Amino acid sequence: MGVEVGRRSFFVVAGLLGLAACGSNTGRGGSTDGTLRHWYHAYGEDGVQDAVRRYAAAYPGAKVEVQWNPGDYDSKIVTALQTSAVPDVFEAQVKVDWVRQKQVVPLDDVLGDTRDDFVRALLESQTVDGHLYGIPQAIDTQVLYYRRSLLEKAGVTPPRSVDELVDAAKRLTAGGVKGLFAGNDGGVGVLTAPLLWSAGLDFLSQDGKAPGFDDPRAATVFGKLRELNPSLLLGAPADWSDPGAFVDGLAAMQWTGLWNLPKILAAHGDDVGVLPFPRLDASGAESVPVGAYSAMVNARSADVAAAKAYVKWLWVEKTDYQTEFATAFGAHLPARTSLAAQAGPLRDGPGKQIVEFVTRGGRIASPARWSARANTALSDAVSRIARQGAEPVGELRAALEVARDEIARLDR
Amino acid sequence: MTTRRTALTFWLFVGPFAFGLLAFTYLPIAWSGYLSVFDARNTVTPTEFVGLANYVDVLTDRAFLDSIGTFTVFAAFIIPTTVVLSLALALLVNQIRVARAFFRSVYFLPFACSYVVASLVWKMSLFSGVDSGIANTVFGWFGAEPLAWTGTVDPPLYWVVLITARLWLQLGFYVILFLAALQRIPAHLYEAAWIDGAAPGWQTFRHITLPGLRGALIAVLTLNLINAYQAFDEFYNILGDSRGYPPFARPPLVYLYYTSLGPGGQDLGRGSAGAVVLALVIALVTLLSGRVLRRAD
Repeated sequence: MGVEVGRRSFFVVAGLLGLAACGSNTGRGGSTDGTLRHWYHAYGEDGVQDAVRRYAAAYPGAKVEVQWNPGDYDSKIVTALQTSAVPDVFEAQVKVDWVRQKQVVPLDDVLGDTRDDFVRALLESQTVDGHLYGIPQAIDTQVLYYRRSLLEKAGVTPPRSVDELVDAAKRLTAGGVKGLFAGNDGGVGVLTAPLLWSAGLDFLSQDGKAPGFDDPRAATVFGKLRELNPSLLLGAPADWSDPGAFVDGLAAMQWTGLWNLPKILAAHGDDVGVLPFPRLDASGAESVPVGAYSAMVNARSADVAAAKAYVKWLWVEKTDYQTEFATAFGAHLPARTSLAAQAGPLRDGPGKQIVEFVTRGGRIASPARWSARANTALSDAVSRIARQGAEPVGELRAALEVARDEIARLDR
Repeated sequence: MTTRRTALTFWLFVGPFAFGLLAFTYLPIAWSGYLSVFDARNTVTPTEFVGLANYVDVLTDRAFLDSIGTFTVFAAFIIPTTVVLSLALALLVNQIRVARAFFRSVYFLPFACSYVVASLVWKMSLFSGVDSGIANTVFGWFGAEPLAWTGTVDPPLYWVVLITARLWLQLGFYVILFLAALQRIPAHLYEAAWIDGAAPGWQTFRHITLPGLRGALIAVLTLNLINAYQAFDEFYNILGDSRGYPPFARPPLVYLYYTSLGPGGQDLGRGSAGAVVLALVIALVTLLSGRVLRRAD
């Protein structure tokens, strides 16, 4: 009997020890051998993976292991940052919550005198409370691609206002070809930001302390997305980020990334025109969204200094790698002005025009202070307005309330 | 000595399982309850106690309430449909005299298919919005314009895609449950009824088959109910994308997934509160339906 109790308590103790072991596992201690772990999301362009592995192998300061992450990379990073020392270095766009919880380290001292060479808006988008947390790697942007011949045939000119865009999409919809493809969600995901900018509004106010769409014009501009809805291609086999629908001629215009420019030019050649997102009226502006995955350092890394040194080497010093990374596989813009001039595919034609769109009207598409919850509330509202025909003013009021609540939380 | 032996054997067999249950089921449930009263953004070891604020948040969040409402309606539709269709199929298959094994397995096969794979086939091939999609090709023979199945909100065509996918995937499983129950009804009951003059068909079905299936019916209803609230796979894969999920046909679990594990930031406090509320709703509905079924006896 005594033995049985003893055995039972043994199991209990063993179980608790097991749990305690789980509890104390902070994820530290994995990289005592000095190896740095560097994570990337899975770039769709051929050759990127080989290139970044080559860069890592060339680093003289430490052994670097590159991990390629297909699937839902952004969620994976959020989870890893909570408890894990791996990755040491990763690409992402900074979130205020990561800074508040001290999950990432400031990289202000990494840039040195190259600071002025980086596109200022990109650095600002990776800055929280005056500190820089990410070194921009390359600029992504999205533009409106159109088929010149189809527009000519339908007798429409390239749209320079939102009303012209609605009208053009309507007239281009004929014979199994839809006017515009902007995602299977009816443009809610990718056009919300450009629509706000087209009316001179934004997610957040200039100082980031209030929502930027507390204005009756927001209701007007999202109403335009409702008008656009019948001319949109919906249910395409691949979503907006893939050039498939435009290349296969399912839509006369498509809103998609600069990264697809080579494939689109290969398919349609001189028939391709590009435009920024048009403006609603005189108080708005033409725009293109810009975003950049930036190299960041995990605060739980076993060797933060070594990780920072590696980031500095790769994303500040090795300009030849940066140029290759941005321009050799699919089209991106280098994050540094001194390198932009060397980018081959962007020297003429539509590529050159897109560079001008970015310089003139590039806007940050996901500000650090714009939280996921606020974004869900706004895109729910836009979706109801554009797809279900809900009444815009009431929908936006509900979204504004959530956005205000979220902004207030950041400064509590 | 025998007691010791028995105790050792008992723990050898039960120990690992009990430990797994404790560590991977009960502990996470308890942890979720703990997280639900904290501000737990991007952390599983929160420090800021917020009381019931997360509960107030989810219970006043229109998106969450909508998701519960939508899925009560969804359950009210999908459960009777599944029960009637699977029972009808089971009765048919049970009658068949030729190629029995073939017909039994052919209905069960879809159940072996992954929800994710089926969803992608439904979304990109069967119900793709372009004119080469299978549904659009078939409708095209009759001169119909191609329809954007997953993208059309008015009328809500996306329900056609979601519901046919679910029925195709789950019917076979319930057919098997009903088949097993049908075969347990003693044949002499039917023979006695016929001798007593009962007409084969509706009369024997109503008074012999249906009462004989009571246990199976309750099991199918309960499983179906829980499945309806657990809807995730086909919804997420058919309507969701990298940018998020539309505000319609959003199951509670999809809402909770985006809240607590979404790419933009993980709000585990609010997500846990929602999970607790959802668990209570499922428990309540299951209890109520159990009571109703027992009364119907």
